[in-house]
Amino acid sequence: MVSITRTSEDGKEVMQVQGEVDASSSIELDNAMKEALSAGQSKVMIDCTQLEYISSAGLGVFMSYLEEIRSKDISLVIYGLRPKVAHVFEILGLDQLLEIKDTRKEAEAYLA
Amino acid sequence: MIYRFKTRCAKDNLKNIRDFVDETLQQHGLSELDISTIVLAVDEVCANLIIHTHGCDDTHELRLAINVKDDRIEFDIIDNSEIFNINTYKAPDLDEIIRSGRKGGVGLILVKRIMDKIEFLTGDKRYICRLTKKIRLSA
Repeated sequence: MVSITRTSEDGKEVMQVQGEVDASSSIELDNAMKEALSAGQSKVMIDCTQLEYISSAGLGVFMSYLEEIRSKDISLVIYGLRPKVAHVFEILGLDQLLEIKDTRKEAEAYLA
Repeated sequence: MIYRFKTRCAKDNLKNIRDFVDETLQQHGLSELDISTIVLAVDEVCANLIIHTHGCDDTHELRLAINVKDDRIEFDIIDNSEIFNINTYKAPDLDEIIRSGRKGGVGLILVKRIMDKIEFLTGDKRYICRLTKKIRLSA
């Protein structure tokens, strides 16, 4: 249901999330986040252009790493949220706690 | 009109529940955004039941009925086991959840923010969580 690809590009960790993240698949997002944040990069970009659905289980994964991101001084940016997915972040107010950009270009500019 | 769905209590079946709700609502002229948020709320309640009430035991069943009325849609999530009353749930503070690093705790906050009414009904050895959403038909 979810497919996650991690690559290292120009000193950045890039994670592409495809499909649906719900209570049955959030563990995969959790594992990928854990690995991405342990990879030693100070810049992490999450490509959500192919993310079709996220439930609280997926949002909870992002929330659970906020403290680690802050304490390790990691710059993390999410980009390409579809309107329906972006709305879920907004309902909870996570759009105020996470750095979210519309496009990859904007995400790269944020990390530059 | 009433639409009914029955499934086993396995997390893998959440996708089928979402598809059922989505396909049903597509027939009634709701906006894509409204459909997506309603699907999310129903998914959250069902996930909570499957995981916490039934321990993902797929020998147990969960039933869902969608009753489309003129001004609202009622979603009945029907269980043989008692359903946790969301209305008595005190939502944790988001900052506290973040500080603790815990991964759960926001699903029921979403349900409360999306739905207009949440009721718990019992009778006939059945427990029902009824979520009501007032409808706004898209132009």
